[in-house]
Amino acid sequence: MNDLGVQTADRPLAETAQPPVSEWKRTYRKFVKNPVGIIGLAMVVMITLMSIAAPLLTSHDPIDVHLEKKLQPPVWQEGGSWEHWLGTDEVGRDVWARLVYGSRISLAVGFFAVVISLVLGTALGMLAGYFRGKTDFAISTVIDIMMAFPFILLALATIAVMGPSLLNMILVLGLTDWTQYARLVRSEVINLREQEFIQAGYALGSRHWRIIWKHLLPNCLPSVIVLATLAMARAILMESSLSFLGLGVSSPTPSWGFMMSTGRPYIATAWWLATLPGIAILITVLGINLAGDRIRDLLDPKVD
Amino acid sequence: MGTLATQCLRIVLVLFGISTIAFFLIHLSGDPVLLMLPPEATQEEIEAFRHQMGFDRPLSEQYINFLSQAVRGDFGESLKFHQPSLQVVLERMPATLELTLFATLLSVLIAVPLGIYSAVNRNSLSENLVTVAVFLGQSMPIFWTGIMLMLLFGVKLHWLPVSGRGTWAHLLMPAFTLAVWVAPTTLRIVRSSMLEVLQQDYIRTARSKGLAERVVIYKHALKNASIPIITVIGFQIGKLLGGAVVTETVFAWPGVGQLVVKAIYTADYPLVQACVVILALIVAAMNFSVDAMYRHLNPKIKSG
Repeated sequence: MNDLGVQTADRPLAETAQPPVSEWKRTYRKFVKNPVGIIGLAMVVMITLMSIAAPLLTSHDPIDVHLEKKLQPPVWQEGGSWEHWLGTDEVGRDVWARLVYGSRISLAVGFFAVVISLVLGTALGMLAGYFRGKTDFAISTVIDIMMAFPFILLALATIAVMGPSLLNMILVLGLTDWTQYARLVRSEVINLREQEFIQAGYALGSRHWRIIWKHLLPNCLPSVIVLATLAMARAILMESSLSFLGLGVSSPTPSWGFMMSTGRPYIATAWWLATLPGIAILITVLGINLAGDRIRDLLDPKVD
Repeated sequence: MGTLATQCLRIVLVLFGISTIAFFLIHLSGDPVLLMLPPEATQEEIEAFRHQMGFDRPLSEQYINFLSQAVRGDFGESLKFHQPSLQVVLERMPATLELTLFATLLSVLIAVPLGIYSAVNRNSLSENLVTVAVFLGQSMPIFWTGIMLMLLFGVKLHWLPVSGRGTWAHLLMPAFTLAVWVAPTTLRIVRSSMLEVLQQDYIRTARSKGLAERVVIYKHALKNASIPIITVIGFQIGKLLGGAVVTETVFAWPGVGQLVVKAIYTADYPLVQACVVILALIVAAMNFSVDAMYRHLNPKIKSG
């Protein structure tokens, strides 16, 4: 528990002299102690490794069509074989290979969409909370407008018009889901601005950007990270929904949502087609949510 | 701060913003005419259609026309139904409202008792089970939940019809799918606000008066924890309308959600615009009234 005492005994002073570093370290140590966070993180790491090492995990090509081998069941069912251990789909493509390669789409969309919305939302929230007045009114009104659209409806309509592609998916999810960061950062900055260390900064003649960059941003970061983990889970779910509706990445590229959409008509005869990709999404999103929830407990108990 | 005047101004601006987004949506791809006509349309057909829809006018003129007609509820004629778009949307609205209201009811029936239970029985085995259920519910793609219910209760057990609308039996699966989607959030809010209230002095007073634990929890605690609970239920109407887009498509439920997806597939953009504006209007109205109610019920919030 008393990290600092232990550290000064056997580590160089320079390392303990930086409070921000040791605070992150302490958080890291607490995170490691709780099994739930670790289980979640392990699930995320597993899926990430799967997407990186995809070619090593399967010898089948995810887009190779073999009509003569279509609709083979998984290995534990009658008629299944180890050749295609999770079965094949309606045109004879290996389901395991498609699941493994499909993780790339989900993770890429989740990660990059979150980066875009995080940067955009934090910047706008910072401006609104810092400058208040007309800037705040304008940004808050835009937030109200964005919040009036059911997220999926706006994404759906925009992608339909722009044409479905991986890049458009990332852009649309990133540009529609930034409002939460903006709201959060805005209210935090409004509170922070009144505090003494910020006021002291003004008294010392610091410029706006310096106060924002050096003081406000680092203080908002924990809450923003918490939101980002949960937003990544949501972005992955949203990608799968859009792909399910046929507005995801274009057809032969394996995507979990689209696999379920093409598997749905076979639900009575080939249950594995619509079921297995859902389990893959469930594992990924559950892992992110579990790890994210632990991070929330540690970094920012206020957010719920 | 002139809260009421500011709020009214903001409502007007949000309505304006919603219509503006709906207008520019169809211009995102460059030429809306190519978007709406089939690829095999001849040059003459394209020009005739462009003139008929007014797309040959300057963009600013089109925009003003769109806004002035939208104010009067005129979104143009649906390309597929050959009826005013608004009328087509309003005809489908009862089905969507029926589904979302029933789903809200179900989610409250699931979330409130379980949330109270897990707040009262902290750190018990059953509380942990509830937590696991919450995480699973949050991590399942909504359409997958629907497909799995369909597989179990429709295909395997033959208890419930798999699609369409008509009887109560038709309503159960789609409503439950939506309820599973929103209940985790409600449950978490119920749990955290109950936990907070149960620590208060007046609860100790109530207990020390010798009141039955049931009376303390349901009468004294729940009443005081109700503001955030009602707020979150209100805000979730927007989320439910978004979820209805996917759920209605899975279960072929003839509501606005299914209508907008079909309209997107058939490039019936006047209809898409009408759907987007009407759904956003409902969500915005809901958000504003929940906000107003929250301010009214909670004197601690003054402005901002």
